[in-house]
Order: sequence, then C-alpha cells, then structure tokens
Amino acid sequence: MRKGQYRFVTGFLLVPVALYVIFVIWPYLQTFGYSLTDWKGQSQTFRFVGLDNYRKLFQDDVFLEAIWHNILFLVFIPVITILLALFFAFMLNAGGRGRAGGVQGVAGAKFYKILYFFPQVLSLAILAVLFNAVYRSDGGGLLNGLLIKLGLVDADNPVEWLNEPNMVLWALLLVVVWHGVGFYLVLFSAAMQSIPRDIYEAALIDGASRNQSFFRITLPLLWDSVQTAWVYLGIVAMDMFVLVSSMTQNMGAYGGGPDHHSDVMSTVMMRNFLYYGKSGYACAMGVVMLLLTLVLSVVTLRATRRERIEF
Amino acid sequence: MGSTAHHDGEGVGRRDLIKRSAALGLVAAPGMGLLSACASGGGDGDSGEGGTKGKTSKDNPFGAKKGSKLDVVVFKGGYGDDYAKAWEADFGKKLGVTSTHTGTQEITGKLQPRFNAGNPPDIVDDSGAQKINIDVLYKNGQLLDLAEVLDAPSVDDPAKKVRDTLIPGTLDPGLQEGKIVALNYIYTVWGLWYSGKLFKEKGWEEPKSWADFLAICKDAKSQGIGGLAHQGKYPYYINVAIMDLIAKKGGLDAMKAIDNLDPKAFVGSEAAQEAIEAIYEVVEKGYLMPGTNGLTHTESQTRWNQYKAVFITSGSWLENEQLKQTPTDFDMKFLPMPLLPGSKLPFEAIRAGSGEPFVIPAKAKNLPAAKEFMRRMLSKEWSTLFAKQANSLTILKDGVDPSVRLRPGTQSTVEASKAAGDNTFRYLYTEWYGEMGTAIEAASNELMSKRIQPKEWLKRCQAAVDKQAKDPASKKNHRD
Repeated sequence: MRKGQYRFVTGFLLVPVALYVIFVIWPYLQTFGYSLTDWKGQSQTFRFVGLDNYRKLFQDDVFLEAIWHNILFLVFIPVITILLALFFAFMLNAGGRGRAGGVQGVAGAKFYKILYFFPQVLSLAILAVLFNAVYRSDGGGLLNGLLIKLGLVDADNPVEWLNEPNMVLWALLLVVVWHGVGFYLVLFSAAMQSIPRDIYEAALIDGASRNQSFFRITLPLLWDSVQTAWVYLGIVAMDMFVLVSSMTQNMGAYGGGPDHHSDVMSTVMMRNFLYYGKSGYACAMGVVMLLLTLVLSVVTLRATRRERIEF
Repeated sequence: MGSTAHHDGEGVGRRDLIKRSAALGLVAAPGMGLLSACASGGGDGDSGEGGTKGKTSKDNPFGAKKGSKLDVVVFKGGYGDDYAKAWEADFGKKLGVTSTHTGTQEITGKLQPRFNAGNPPDIVDDSGAQKINIDVLYKNGQLLDLAEVLDAPSVDDPAKKVRDTLIPGTLDPGLQEGKIVALNYIYTVWGLWYSGKLFKEKGWEEPKSWADFLAICKDAKSQGIGGLAHQGKYPYYINVAIMDLIAKKGGLDAMKAIDNLDPKAFVGSEAAQEAIEAIYEVVEKGYLMPGTNGLTHTESQTRWNQYKAVFITSGSWLENEQLKQTPTDFDMKFLPMPLLPGSKLPFEAIRAGSGEPFVIPAKAKNLPAAKEFMRRMLSKEWSTLFAKQANSLTILKDGVDPSVRLRPGTQSTVEASKAAGDNTFRYLYTEWYGEMGTAIEAASNELMSKRIQPKEWLKRCQAAVDKQAKDPASKKNHRD
C-alpha cells in the first residue's frame, strides 16, 4: 500500500466498527450476562443463578417444540420457494421456444414478472392482515367462503385453518412462500439474463431439451444466486416472529397457538421476556438462538459450496 | 456475471470473503435484533419527593406542587383516552400542575425500557393486550404501595377515607402479597350478553338454568343462528364462562381453591367437573357459532352484533368496544351465567369487580402530584367525567351523577349488580399467575375445538395449578 493509505482506510473503518461494537457486540455480551441471572425485565435488580436458565431450557417442552417448528420451516421454506422461483424464472427467460430457434421466455413474460413481484412490495404486517382474511375461520373467510359456495365444506363446520394443529404451520408457510417467490424470481431472472445467449443456442443446436438446458446450463450458472437466496430464506425461517404473533391464536401473548403448535423460538422468547417476566430465562433462549443460527449458517455455506463456473 | 475472485488455490478471494461475512452477518441478523431487545439501558434513576413536594393543605394533602409536571400514560383502548384528557385539564386548572399526556396501545413497548432504566412516568393505566403484567412489575419493586392514597381523606367527604367510598371488593385485584399496588378503576361485570331485540322477536325468556340456556341454543340452531359465540383467538373470554360456572356451582370455595392453588382445584372438584362437562355439551351438540373458535374478539363480537349468534361471553367494556358495529335497536343486555342444578350461588350472582389497573411507579418523579391525581380520580366529579366520556362505571360507590344517561348495556349491568347485591365473586389467579392463566386458556381452546375431552381438560388445568404451586414465589399470594 502507498504511504498514508493505512490512515485513510483506518479512518473509514473506525466509525462503523465502533458502531458495530456498541450496538451489536455489546448487547450480545450483555444478553449473555443477563442469561446467567434471574432478571425479570422491569428493573435492574437481579441475582446471579449460573447456568440454571440453560438447564431449565432443555426441559422446556414449549421451547424445544418451537425449535422443531423453526427447523421445519428451515427445511421447507427455502426448498419450496427456490424451486418455484427457479421454475418460474426459467419459464419466463428461457421457457418459450422461439420461431427462429432463439431462446426467449413464454409469451407475456414481462407482465408476469411484474405480477409475481407484487407480493414482495407488501410489508409483513399487511400480509398478516391480508391472510387473516383469507384464513378467517368462518364463512366470511376467503377460503372458507369459496369452499362453502363450492359445496366442499359444510357451512356449520368451516375449516379453522389457523386453529388446526396439523395445518397451522403449513398455512404460515404458504404465506411466506407466496410472499417470497416473486422476489427470488426476479433475482434469478436477472442472473439468468446475464448468462450469454450463445450458450443456450449452442445447446439448442446440439438438441438439448428444456430439462437438459435447465439442469446442465442454467442451474450451475445460477449457483451463486441460489446460495444467496438460501441464506436469506434461512433467516426468514429462523425468525417468523411477525407472522406467528399476528396471525395465530393467542397463548397469553405473541400468538403461537393452538396449544403452542405454531410457536417458534422468537415468540416463546418474547412471551417469557415480557409477558411472564422471566427475562433472564428469555436471554438464555436468545443465546441459544444465536448459537443455532450461527451453526446453521456455517453449515449452509459449507454444504452449498461449489466450484465457481466462469463465463 | 464476470468474476474478480481468485480461484487459483490461494484461499478465499477478497470478494468471496466480503460476501461470506456479509452472509454470516445476515444469518445472524434476526438473532441479533431479538437479542438486542433483551439488552437494557441500565442505571437507576432517583425517585422521590425531593424538589417536587409543595405545601400540603386540606385540599392538597400530598402537597402537589404548583408549576410541576405530571407524566400521564393511558391505555387508549375500548374506553379511549378523552376521559384522561378531561381529568388532566381539570387538574391543571385546580392545582396548577400541567400534564404531559400519552395515549397509547403499546404499553409494554413504550414503558418497559423506561421502567428498566428507572425513568418511569408518574401515573400509568396499565391495560390492554400489551400491558405489563402487574405481578411482573410488582416483583421488580416498581409499584408504589397505594395505601397512602387510599387512607387519605376523600375529596367529596373529608370525614371519610378514600377506601371507604369504594364498592366493596373492588380493590382486591390490585392486591399483591397483601399490598394494594394497582387501582383497578373501572367497575366491570363479566358474563353473557344478548340482544333484547332478538329475544323479543323470537319470544325467548332470559334463561336462568343451564337447561333453559341449552334449550334456547337448540331453538336458535334450528333457525340457523349460532347459540354461543366466543372470541376463539383469545381463549380468555371462554374461560369467563367456564370459571363462572365453576364458582356458581361450587360456591366461593371452589373459586378460591383455584386462586390458592389447591391440589384439588380441578381434578377432584365436583364443581369443576360438572361445569366443564356442561360447556362441552354446548360444543358437542354444535351450539357454537360456526367458526367462532378461530375468530378474534372484534370479529366474533361483530358477528354477534349481526344476529349470527344469540349469546357471547365478555365483560362490560363490550358495549363501548362495539359502539360502531352495534345496530341502534340492538338493545344490548347483560345476563349472569345460568345455573347448573344444585348450584351454591344464586342465579343473580355475578363475577364483578374492577378492571383497568392504574399504577403509580415507585420511582415516579412527581409522586405528590401522582398521588393527588389518583385521589381526585376517586371523586364524584372525575368519576362522572369518566362515565360521560368512556360510557362506563367506576369503582366509586354511586360515583355517577344521576343526570348522566347510560346506554342500555351499561344500564343492564347496573341493574344486574343491584340484583346481585353481595353475591359477587372475582377470580384473582389471572392477576397473580400469568403463566398458569395461559396454560388454562390453551386447555380451554383445545376443549372448545373438540380436541380434548372434559377429563383431559381437568387434568391439564390441574397440572398448571400444580406447576405454579411448586414455584417458590407463588406461596405469598393467598386469599381467605
């Protein structure tokens, strides 16, 4: 480096690093400290209890169940969203068969792109309101109203989508997927468009089918974007706080019902933190959540590492 | 998608490194947000009267200082917050104490950091879905013992103490370990509600026994109307019906057994068993309004206002909460829970008491003015102001000027409490044990959705009671 450059770089790094330490690292350390106490959240008086909170955590059925729900989301949300987005993106960009043998999307691709992207514009809070109306448990709900009109559901026994232990997680999953597909479609589309046309054309001339050109060309060249999408969707799956707390049945506070069947780690944590006043205990949950997310992100990045293909 | 990254075996390229660390940061992001929610400000503010205490006088026994400021935070829910503004205006006029007013639904979000940092407001109406549980605040030493206010002379009659001007029993829910730390200001009755108009149309009579109640539900069902509606997303409401049946069947002892965490509060209690079986009959025979188990309170109450169900369970805030949705000729009426055969309490007995807890934080900056403010809340003048603005009664005995005309629902609660006389009861476990309350609510929801049977319900509730009883902190709450 040239003379004076170090000072220049340091100057730029100092402020962000300081901010990061104050607003991210320090709260982390504080949280870890609190997790060793019986802090109740409304004052600064507490007792040191060692690892008691962590011991209790591993006997807390509600929290352990919540971890499983997060893992379930973690498996299904990225897989379903990415597969759908890839499929749609491929159809929009290379799915159509041109007259002159060129590569192009299906008819009306531009319009579909806008249409698909639309859900992404909505905030999670609006999404919750919207889907509460869709899943409403009486004849006034969109789904129930439709099914009753079609004679598929008895008007006296409408489906209580969010009040069915076996359905509630899937109902939430559908919302996330509906919300996310459009965004990843656009992301993948952009990446696909940067793949040189001639590669496709060469494949076409060699007689490749749609499937072959997708799996042999598109997917490998998109791998970086898919990996990014996976990480982002993993974050969504580990969180889920907004949707669960504003759509599902109340378990005292922060949703999670019926009977904790939709509780995720963050809702259990917030309930303990503020509603039950077990804040030290909730901090222990927070630390466990941090560890889990770190482990999962490392695993994800390792597992999806591939040789980069250059073009 | 050209790349500048190095991939010739010399480790991670610069761009890769940046990308990877960014990804790691992103993955950790949700955890971070939640974790930092845990972190607190810290530090203790100084409390007390230093500097804010003025001269005391007969009209101003706590010495609220002219020119000082009072920080008022009011839950802006079913009752709005206009009443508080009216009080504050009067307070400013009479004592020269100006108030900063905050009307909000986010009590926890706004106040938890302030309590935690030792910088709370001076007086708080701690209510609504996002209230901070009183037991939690109390255990943190954040609440002022209100004895001083309650033993001060009443504004209307200085010969009497404030506490002697209140409806008996209304202070109980503010009790923590024998001290009154919250003033539940609004007089509330809980039970069933119906439309007088619908009853007249169908020729139904107010049901006094459970059999009559079921008969009306049956008749309604045959005409395509739901019998009982409840606010399924918040099982708190159906617990009103269940717990009231238990208390009326088994008498006050059955109620206290639950509050006192008796090992036979549910399993082994005949009253509890019969009550839950009676409720389950409603479910089994299909007398619930279709879909009610998954509706929010506003959704199901609005359905009820549209004559889609005959009865609904709620407290007396219902009328004010539903003002806009209620047809003008709806004629809202209150009904005590009908009786099971062989009940120990009469039909007229109701769950009555007080709601909407007002608290004074122990570390309030302007304690004298806060105490004086609360003393004046319990005057006839302010109580009438409240009734006018919020359309509800207060815990002050005859606290509403006769010139104020009440709405039909509120009027019917006045009549019901007159008929009940001393036959009122009030559970306290919801105030004492938030976690146990949640467990019982979850069990009730499972029962209403037909996923568990009465036997299992009893078992689950008993388990919740036993678990709470094991908590060493629970031993200090007891009622006789």
